[in-house]
Amino acid sequence: MLSIRNLHANVAGKEILKGINLEVGAGEVHAIMGPNGSGKSSLASVLAGREEYEVTEGEVIFNGKDLLDMAPEIRAREGVFLAFQYPVEIPGVSNINFLKTAVNDVRGHHGLPPLTPKEFLQLTREKQKLVEFDAKLVNRSLNEGFSGGEKKRNEILQLAMLEPKLSILDETDSGLDIDALRIVSAGVNKLRSKDNAFVLITHYQRLLNYIVPDFVHVLWNGKIIKTGTKELALELEEKGYDWLKQESVALDN
Amino acid sequence: MAKSDDEILEKLATQDYEYGFVTDIDMEIAKVGLNEDTIRFISGKKEEPEWMLEWRLKGYLSYQKLQMPTWQYFEMPPIDFQGISYYAAPKTKKKFESLDEVDPELLATFAKLGIPLNEQKQLAGVAVDAVFDSVSVATTYKGKLKELGIIFCSMSEAIREHPDLVRKYLGSVVPHTDNIFSALNGAVFSDGSFVYIPKGVRCPMELSTYFRINTENTGQFERTLIIADEGSYVSYLEGCTAPQRDENQLHAAVVEMIALDNAEIKYSTVQNWYPGDKEGKGGIYNFVTKRGACRGVNSKISWTQVETGSAITWKYPSVILQGDNSVGEFYSVAVTKNKQIADTGTKMTHIGRNTRSRIISKGISAGNGQNSYRGLVSLGTKADNSRNFTQCDSLLIGDRCGAHTFPYIESKNPTAKLEHEATTSKIGEDQIFYLNQRGIDTEQAVALIVNGYAREVLDNLPMEFAVEAQKLLSLTLEGSVG
Repeated sequence: MLSIRNLHANVAGKEILKGINLEVGAGEVHAIMGPNGSGKSSLASVLAGREEYEVTEGEVIFNGKDLLDMAPEIRAREGVFLAFQYPVEIPGVSNINFLKTAVNDVRGHHGLPPLTPKEFLQLTREKQKLVEFDAKLVNRSLNEGFSGGEKKRNEILQLAMLEPKLSILDETDSGLDIDALRIVSAGVNKLRSKDNAFVLITHYQRLLNYIVPDFVHVLWNGKIIKTGTKELALELEEKGYDWLKQESVALDN
Repeated sequence: MAKSDDEILEKLATQDYEYGFVTDIDMEIAKVGLNEDTIRFISGKKEEPEWMLEWRLKGYLSYQKLQMPTWQYFEMPPIDFQGISYYAAPKTKKKFESLDEVDPELLATFAKLGIPLNEQKQLAGVAVDAVFDSVSVATTYKGKLKELGIIFCSMSEAIREHPDLVRKYLGSVVPHTDNIFSALNGAVFSDGSFVYIPKGVRCPMELSTYFRINTENTGQFERTLIIADEGSYVSYLEGCTAPQRDENQLHAAVVEMIALDNAEIKYSTVQNWYPGDKEGKGGIYNFVTKRGACRGVNSKISWTQVETGSAITWKYPSVILQGDNSVGEFYSVAVTKNKQIADTGTKMTHIGRNTRSRIISKGISAGNGQNSYRGLVSLGTKADNSRNFTQCDSLLIGDRCGAHTFPYIESKNPTAKLEHEATTSKIGEDQIFYLNQRGIDTEQAVALIVNGYAREVLDNLPMEFAVEAQKLLSLTLEGSVG
C-alpha cells in the first residue's frame, strides 16, 4: 500500500529525514517509536504534505501513485488520513458541517454522489456510536473549547467517517487519560480491516497494549534504526533508547 | 499545487462579480451638473408638492455650506459633483397599474439578479420594492400588506399619498446638516422605499428593497424611511448591485428609521455594489448615512450588514437610544479585497435610562484591501444604568492587507457599563492544512473558515439572506489565498 524509499526532507534548510525506508501493507499496523526530535512527527507531516517540509530525495508510492506529487487535499481524498497531534480549533465552523464537506469531497473524488442529508446523519450516528463520541460535540464548533481528550476523540470520529486506507496517528495517545485511551484504542481496533493500514506514532509502549502492532520501528536522527515486532516495544520500555543509539552510531562508523 | 497569485487575481477580477451586466433600455437622463434647476427638474419630474421642493432646496443650501469629511482612514478621492447626472429613469409610463405594464427588459433584469417580480414567481414571504437607477419600478405584495394597514411603497408614492407621515418624519433622524452626503441626498434623492407599520401590527413577511444602478455617469441617491408605530415589528432587507464600469459611480443613500414605544425594527443589508477591478479601477463609492431612532420606551433597532462590494464604503448605521429601556444592535461583516476600502462601524447614542447596545463587527481583509472599524459609543448624563458591549474582530488573509480599529467611547454617566473586546488574527496556515488533510481544497477551506468567523453576524440575517450572504462571502474571497 505504502512504499517509502530513501526519503530525505528538510525543514527551514535543516535536514530532518535522512533516508527513511518503510513498507506498509494492507491490513498491517506499524508503530513508529523514538525519542523526542527523532523525526517521527516530521515523517507524518511529509506524508500528509505540509508545505514547510521540502522533500530533497527519495520517493513515496501510495497504491501505485506518486504521493509526493499530490496536493494535500488529493492525498486525503486518495485515502491518507493524519490524526493530528494538536488538532486546531476552527471557531464558528460546525463539526457536522465540516464533516459533511469532507465526506462529500472524498466521495466526489471517487466519482460518488454526495450523501443526502438523511444518509449523512445516519452515517454520523453510526460512526459516533462506534467510536463512542459524545453526540453533543457533533454540533459544536470544530474543536473549539474541546478538551485535549475530546479533540483526539474527534480525530478518531473523522477517521471513522472518512474511512481512509492509510491512517497515521501522530501521538494520539499523548494527553489522554486511561479511560480516553481505552475508548480511542477500541475505536481504532473496530476500524481495522484487511483493507486498511495504520501507522501509530507514539512515545509510549502503553498504547501498544491496546492496539497491537504487527511491526515496531525505531526512528532516531531521521532514520529507522531498528525494526521488530511488539516485543521490541516492551524492550524499549525497559531499556530506553540509548543502547539502540549506540548500536546505530557504531554501525555508521 | 497552489496557483500563482497572478492567476488568482485574474480570476478574481474577471469572475467574481456576477452582476456586472448592463441593461439596454431607453432612459431619460437629466443634464449633467448640480444647481437649483437640477433640483427643480427632479421635483418637477416627480410632480412633487411645493413643500417637498422647498425641503430639497434647503438640502441644497446645506450641501453648499458643508465640506467633505476629513476624519476617515483613507484618502478621499476627488468627487466631481458637477460631473454627475442626478436623475435617470426608464422611459416608460410613470405609474404602473400592474406588472404587465412594466418593461419586460426591466423584469428580465431583476429576474437575472434573482429578484423575480412576476406575481407567479415572487419570493415567498418577501415583499420587494425594486429600484432601477432613480425610480422604483415595482413593489410586490402591496395588496396583501394593505389589508393589515402596512404601507410599503416607493418614496415618490409616499410623498403623494401619505404626505402627513412623510412631512412628520422625513429628515427627523438624519437632518440635511448631518454631513455633505446627506445634504446632497436631501436635495436630489429620486426614490427609495417607504414603510409604515401601524400600531400593534407584526409585519408577516420580510420587506425588501433591491437597488440597481444601471446607467453610466449617474449617481444613485435613494432615501428610505421606515416608521414602526407603537408595538409593531418589521424586518427589512436591502440588496444592491451595479454594472462593471471603469468610472467610479457615487451612491449616497440615506436611511432613516423610527421605532415608537415597544416597536422593533430589524434592518439587514447585503451590499454587493461593483467593487472595481484588481487595479482598483472603477467601482462604486458608497457614502451612506443610515440611522435609527428608538424614540419610544422598550423599542429596539437592529442593523445587520454584510458589506462585500464597493470600491469605497463609508457607512455607519447608528442608533439613537432615546426611549428608556431601548436597545440598539449593530452586526457587521465587511470584506475588502484587491484595492477595496471599507471604513465602517456604528454610533450608539445612549440618551434614555437602562438603554443597551451591542456591537459585533467582523472585518475581513484580503489582497490589498483596507478595513477600518470606527465606532462611537456615547452615554449621556441621563442614561442611567446603560450598557454597551462591543466586540470587533479583524481577520487578515495574506500580508498586503490592513485592518484598523477606531473605537471611541464617551461616557458622561458614572453608572454606565461598557465592555470592549477586540482581536486581530491571520487566517491560520494550520487551519487550512487541517481542512486540506480532510480532503477539502484551499478555497473551500477559506470559505469555511471565513463563514465560521462571520457566523455570529450571519446568524442574525433572515434565512433567505443568510444563504445568499454565505455564498457571497465564499465567492468574494475565492482565490484570495495562494
